[in-house]
Amino acid sequence: MEITIIAESRSGGLHPVTNQLVGAATTLGASPTVLCPGGFGADEAAGISGVSKVLSVTGDCFSSYDGGAWSEALSAAAGSGVIIGAATSKGRDICSRIAARRGIPVIQDVTALSPGLNVTHPIYSGKAMQDLLVSGDCVLSLRANTFPPVGGGGNAETATVQQSGDVRIAVQEAIAKASERIDVADANIIISGGRGMGDPDNFSHLNAIADQIGAAVGASRAAVDTWEAIPHSMQVGQTGKTVNPSLYIAVGISGAIQHLAGMRTSKYIVAINKDAEAPIFKVADYGIVSTWEEALPILAEELGKLS
Amino acid sequence: MLLKQVPDTNARITVSGDRVDEGSITSWVTSPYDEFALEAALQHKEAAGGSITAITLGPPRADKTLKDAAALGVEKLVRVWQDGWESLDSIQVQAALAEAVQAAGVEYVYCGKQAADTNQGSTGPGVAERIGAPCIVEITDFDVSGPTFVRPTANGSEKVTVASPAVLTFSKTTTELRRPNVRGIMMAKRAVIEVTGGDIGEAQVSVVRHVSPAQKPAGKTFEGADSVPEVVGLLRNEAKVI
Repeated sequence: MEITIIAESRSGGLHPVTNQLVGAATTLGASPTVLCPGGFGADEAAGISGVSKVLSVTGDCFSSYDGGAWSEALSAAAGSGVIIGAATSKGRDICSRIAARRGIPVIQDVTALSPGLNVTHPIYSGKAMQDLLVSGDCVLSLRANTFPPVGGGGNAETATVQQSGDVRIAVQEAIAKASERIDVADANIIISGGRGMGDPDNFSHLNAIADQIGAAVGASRAAVDTWEAIPHSMQVGQTGKTVNPSLYIAVGISGAIQHLAGMRTSKYIVAINKDAEAPIFKVADYGIVSTWEEALPILAEELGKLS
Repeated sequence: MLLKQVPDTNARITVSGDRVDEGSITSWVTSPYDEFALEAALQHKEAAGGSITAITLGPPRADKTLKDAAALGVEKLVRVWQDGWESLDSIQVQAALAEAVQAAGVEYVYCGKQAADTNQGSTGPGVAERIGAPCIVEITDFDVSGPTFVRPTANGSEKVTVASPAVLTFSKTTTELRRPNVRGIMMAKRAVIEVTGGDIGEAQVSVVRHVSPAQKPAGKTFEGADSVPEVVGLLRNEAKVI
């Protein structure tokens, strides 16, 4: 099976999810070609084990983001067969457009793949899973932290192709992030607060713990809706971000279906809540029935002891 | 304005046999992100003039979503549907919607960044590709004069502009959603819904089955904050995640 991967870049280099995309292609028995939009991360991609070829797709259109222009350039560089990207904001946009350009189906946020081609992805934000059978070529975006990454040791052939795309979205002004915190969608550890935190100022306790362990800080919809100081970008849940970290710590979150839908696939879930009947405890690996006021200082102290 | 009717996001979803049991869903609503897009479209219309056509793809129950939009000030209502359209793939959905969009003769296509049921996010960019338009995805803020739109970036966000025709997909914005007034509700009752179908070809993707997500084995629950050191120990030594 011919598989082309669209690499995900981050800060001018390769985003680690790219290794997972290659891992998924490898399980289908393919030696994929990796396309690097703008040429970012091409050297790193060539070192991923199992990659047969790396194509740096360069062109003026890659100096800003226009999904239409990027897809035009990338689709021109990609072969036929199955195209795989990451289910990130840009990845989903590009996958949709390449599929529409080619008249082939797109399936987003894929969590399992097997030859056939059998594709599984969550629906209703993970309240159910859907198994699909695709009869021909298709474009797939894969959920991060779901497929096993492959490591380095590869030495793929690299080449550069110049492509053009029609840029129609004009950037007027860049707006800096209010905080330098890690995005929940990108984090390996997340500590989230709910309305049980009592006041948005109390999120400072979560921030402090997040800093100790390199975590992102998230929030429930109830917290985002109640307090203006808690932005929607922090919201985890069906109408916020779907996250898949190795550790999710829910503090003062009761666990509405809406919230569980966005975080239930986290590898390990810790819940801190004073209400022993809170639904969050049903999905928690480790539940602590306590107020956050009592639990968080001890948590901070214990984490401080780790090296 | 593309709208989709979805189960209430607080609804419990059950699988019966090998399909989600839609019959057990008692509350259907307009997909939340679509509501933010609709509010932006209404403000855009108020500032720039013109009219709004609301288009939905769905069975007769989806008329409610169109009527709700009419109550807020949408002028024209189109429901795209044909018998047998039960599980459409992305190509079919986009073909049907793109045809309705082009028939409406639009300048700006507003929609949510993804629907709350399928969670795909393919429709906005896919329809844009089909009609040869650019698409700004995941808009978090907007200014109808211009118009300009704010979208997230790796380092924060950026303000962008685009010439029409263009597709705009909305995330949650900070704008408060309007509620219908009595006059709007009365007007909506009389609003006519045009139902159209079309040739959308054969599906290239078939649904094999729906399953409930795997249930995790029950976890351990500890009483009181004194247990925190033990849990931290388990995270380090058993789970190996810190």
